[in-house]
Amino acid sequence: MSKSFAKSSLYFNYFFSSIGKKQVLAVTATFLCLFTIVHFIGNLLMFAGPQYFNWYGHTLASGPLLPLAEGLLLLLFLSHASLGLWLACENYRARPERYYKKVRSGRGATFASATMPFTGILLLFFLVLHLLHFRFGPVYTIVYDGVEMRDFYRLMIEFYANPLNVVLYLLSMCLLSFHLGHGVQSIFQSYGWIHSKYTPWVKRMGLLIAVFLAIGFSSFPLWAYLKHGVVGY
Amino acid sequence: MSSKNMTIHLKIWRQKCCSEKGRMENYTLTTVSPDMSFLEMLDLLNQELIVKGEEPVVFDHDCREGICGACSLMINGEPHGPEMLTTSCQLHMRKFKDGDTIVVEPFRAKAFPVIRDLACDRSAFDKIIASGGFISVNTGSGAEANATLVKQESAELAMDAAACIGCGACVAACSNASAMLFVAAKVSHLGLLPQGDPEASKRVYNMVKRMDELGFGNCSNEGECEAACPKGIKISNIARMNRKFLLSSLTSAPEEGGGKQEWN
Ligand code: FES
Repeated sequence: MSKSFAKSSLYFNYFFSSIGKKQVLAVTATFLCLFTIVHFIGNLLMFAGPQYFNWYGHTLASGPLLPLAEGLLLLLFLSHASLGLWLACENYRARPERYYKKVRSGRGATFASATMPFTGILLLFFLVLHLLHFRFGPVYTIVYDGVEMRDFYRLMIEFYANPLNVVLYLLSMCLLSFHLGHGVQSIFQSYGWIHSKYTPWVKRMGLLIAVFLAIGFSSFPLWAYLKHGVVGY
Repeated sequence: MSSKNMTIHLKIWRQKCCSEKGRMENYTLTTVSPDMSFLEMLDLLNQELIVKGEEPVVFDHDCREGICGACSLMINGEPHGPEMLTTSCQLHMRKFKDGDTIVVEPFRAKAFPVIRDLACDRSAFDKIIASGGFISVNTGSGAEANATLVKQESAELAMDAAACIGCGACVAACSNASAMLFVAAKVSHLGLLPQGDPEASKRVYNMVKRMDELGFGNCSNEGECEAACPKGIKISNIARMNRKFLLSSLTSAPEEGGGKQEWN
């Protein structure tokens, strides 16, 4: 076998190996986490007022790199979801006959870690709905300084005036906190970045990010509902 | 030490052979001494079954002192039972209460097919070892022991990993039936020492590849393996293996430094 072929199949083997798949999953997870954090920070502008929020949305939407960014995000989400499902299916097949009785030790698996595929799938549903409601939702326009732009602020306020939408959003954020609660620290373990000095902090930070993002994101629809859904826009 | 006999109800997995369907059977023992080991209790059951003319329960065992890893039993839903850092053979009946019902099953994984009753075929581990879980040394007289310096930290970590007895509890405990803790223990144990270092890159690559081929699941970083391991092997070994595997796969270092490579 020629050396170059041996090498190319080496990469091939890596991506199809158990560890390789997990590490690629971890890479996509890293970028998705970063995206989620940036998305959260950007959304904070809604507290500053409609102009700020809409200008932010307009700047993003009219940027020349939008298609590229959206394409990349789509690729990230799709690869993360499909790899995760692939791994989950393989894991399921690795134990064809289930145990008659199996208990968790209480020192390893958590509810969050045991439900990763399920929280993942539900979050994917949430994501699709979220895109349908906002990215591909009704187009309201507003003019600031002679520039016409989409009125995402109004869209959001109207959407979260419905308490059902708020509740669904809050439930989804619970799922997010579970998914990230195990996921963030898991990223580090999959890369092999662990050390007795910083790993305990990584674990705490992972939980903190998970809870913080869930509460932070939940504040948006709650605020929209309380401020405008109840009082009126 | 109390010597009062206990009554123990058992639910034991009975299965004639790999291809046949198994089922749970109920047994009751009334003369179990608290001082018996778990395996002695099974011996007692088998004596009674033999006297009654029934088939005894097949289970694996060898050393009965916690060092060979043969006694692979799932006891009350936990590999090697409820006692931490203890193999089934070292588990004693005093850990249970009079009148308890104990569920005993074989370790379950696609890669560990049941041979009969509680005995499963764990030769998949041997196949993984054969793919790289060794070091190559020259024959002849032994090398001078002090000629090779070993860092204290490396020696400690290697010895911790070397405590693995290959019992398969990690696979049994893992919700994905993954063998990562076992393979990681071997990779660390050999790779951290200078004698195992020349082949370290090739070793991790080949052992992971073999593990995947044998139908074990993937690790999802839950840590049930670490919790179940009777020898306390840490999942930090898995992290080390992840790192080494990445380096081995994505760099050309093994080809340059590891001599002749057989990737496929
Ligand atoms: S029989 Fe050897 S470890 Fe239990």
